[in-house]
Amino acid sequence: MRGSSGNILHALGLIAVVVFALFPFLWMVAASFKTQADILASPPVWFFTPTLQNYAEIFADSKVIGAIGNSLIIATSTTFLAVLLGAPAAFALARYEFRGKSDLWFWFISNRMTSPIVLALPIYLLAMQANMLDTHLVLILIYLTFNLPIVVWICTDQFKSIPPDLEQAARLDGADQFTIFRRIYLPLGAPGIAVSAIFSFIFSWNELLYALVLTRRYAQTAPVVATSFMSGYELPWGKIMAAGTVIVLPVTIFALIVSRHMVRGLTMGATK
Amino acid sequence: MSKVAARPNRGYGRWTPLWFLLPAVATLFLIGIYPTLFALVTSFRRYNITRPRDGFPFVGFENYVTVLTDSTFWSSLFLTAQFYVTVLPIQIVLGLAIALLIHKPGLGMLKSLARVTLVVPLATTYAVVGLIGRLIFNREFGVANQFLDLIGIGAVDWLGTPTGAFAAIAIMDVWQWTPFCALIFLAGLSMVPGEIEEAARLETSSKLALLRYVQLPYLMPGLTSVMILRSADVLKLFDMVFVMTRGGPGSATDLISIYIQRVGFRIFDLGTASAQALLLLVITIILSRLYIRVLYREVN
Repeated sequence: MRGSSGNILHALGLIAVVVFALFPFLWMVAASFKTQADILASPPVWFFTPTLQNYAEIFADSKVIGAIGNSLIIATSTTFLAVLLGAPAAFALARYEFRGKSDLWFWFISNRMTSPIVLALPIYLLAMQANMLDTHLVLILIYLTFNLPIVVWICTDQFKSIPPDLEQAARLDGADQFTIFRRIYLPLGAPGIAVSAIFSFIFSWNELLYALVLTRRYAQTAPVVATSFMSGYELPWGKIMAAGTVIVLPVTIFALIVSRHMVRGLTMGATK
Repeated sequence: MSKVAARPNRGYGRWTPLWFLLPAVATLFLIGIYPTLFALVTSFRRYNITRPRDGFPFVGFENYVTVLTDSTFWSSLFLTAQFYVTVLPIQIVLGLAIALLIHKPGLGMLKSLARVTLVVPLATTYAVVGLIGRLIFNREFGVANQFLDLIGIGAVDWLGTPTGAFAAIAIMDVWQWTPFCALIFLAGLSMVPGEIEEAARLETSSKLALLRYVQLPYLMPGLTSVMILRSADVLKLFDMVFVMTRGGPGSATDLISIYIQRVGFRIFDLGTASAQALLLLVITIILSRLYIRVLYREVN
C-alpha cells in the first residue's frame, strides 16, 4: 500500500496551502513588531526582538484614532441602513411573484459588478454641489450601492427556507403581512440577517476608492489614512504595518465567523 | 384557504409587495440610477472643474470621440484584459488543486485548518494587500528578493520596472483571489453524490479519470461563475494597484479603473472621465447579463 506516503504528501500539500494563505498576512504582522532598523535590514530578518513601539505610536496618533472611529461609524451606519431597507425587500422577493422580479434581480447583480469609479465621478460632483464632500453621510449612502444587494440576496435565500405553514397559522389568527414579517420572518431569519450584516460591514470597512475621492480630512476612513502614510521620502514602515494589522484584524475575525458563507457572499449565490 | 380569502385583512392587497420593496428600490434609485443619469449628462459636456470660468457647455459626442480615439484608453483596457488572462488561469489551476486537496478524504483537522485560513486573504482590506505588496516586493529589503536569492536568481527591481510591477500586482491578486476559486470549486466537489464518487473510486485508480468524468460536470457551473465574476472584479480593480504602483512605472499597471480615476480626479476632466466610465458600465452590464443567464439556467 502507498497509503502512508500518500498521507504524508497530502499533509504536506495542506500545510503548503496554510502557508500560502497566511504568509503575506503574517509577514505584515511580524513587520508591525519590528523596529525600523529590523525592517530595513537586507536581507530581511526572520528572527528579531519584538517591539510594541509601532503600536504605541499609532494609538497615540489622533489621525489614526479618528480614522478608525470614522470607519466604525460609517460601516456600522451603512450596515444598519442596509438591513433596515434590505430585509423587507428580501421578504417581498421571497414571498411574492410579481412582474419585473427578474429585472430587479438583474439590477441588484449589476450593482455588485459595477466598478465604483462609475459612480464615484457623478457622486463627487453631486456631493460637491450639495456641500456634502468629506461627510460621513455621503459614504454611508454610497456604500448602500453594494451593501443593499448583498443583504437582499442573502436574506431572500434565508426567508425562502422558512416553512409557509407557520405563516398560514398566523394568517388564520388574523395577522397581517407586516405582523407576519415582524413576528415570524425577522426572528426566524435572524441568522441570515446577521450573516448579511457581517458581509456588509466587511465590505464597507475595506472600501478605498469612494473614501479616497469623497473625503478630505474630517471623514477620512482607516484605509485612506493607512494609504496616506505611503508617501514621502522615508516611510515609517513599522507604523504602516501596525496600522494595516489594526485595520485587517477586526474584519478577519468577522470573516472567520461567516467563513461557511464566504462563497455565497462573494458570488451572490452562484453556488450553494 | 378559502376561509382566509373570505376574510381579507389589511396587508394582503395586490400592492403589498410594493410597500416592502419601495424603501430599498427608492434608495438604490437615488444613489445608483440618478448619479448614473447625471454622469450621462456630464459625459456630453466639457466639464473641467479646474477651469470653472469656461462653464460646462454641451459638446455633443465630443467626449466620446475623444475617448474612442484615445490610444491610452484602449491600451489600458487591453492591459486589463492582459491582467485577466494572466491571473485567471493561475487562480483556476491553483484553486482546483487546493480544492482537491481539501476534498480528499482523511486528515480532518488539518483540512479544516486549511479551509479556514483560505478566508484570510479574501477578508484582507484591498488597500492593505497593496501595503503588504509594497513591503514584500521592496527592492532593497523585500522578502520576495530573498526567496529569489535562495533559488539562485538575482534581485529584481519589482516595483521599479514595468514587467516587475505587473508581475508583483499579479502575484498579490493571485494570493488574494485563489482562495475564492478554491472555495467555489470545493462547493462544486461536495455536490458530487457520495455513492457515485465511491463507486468511481472503486472502478478506477486514476485521479485524472475521476476528475474528468465524475467531478468535472459538477465543477462547470462554478468555473463559469469564476470566469465572469473575476472579469468584473478585474475591471473594478483599483485599491490594491493604486497603493502598490499608482498605475506605474510609466503606464505598466495602468488598469482601466486606475486610468479613469486619474483622468477624473488628477486631471479633473470629468466630462471625458464620465464618458469612459459609462463605456465601462456598458461592458459590465453585458457581463452581468451573461452572469444572470448562467445563474438562472442553473436554478431552473
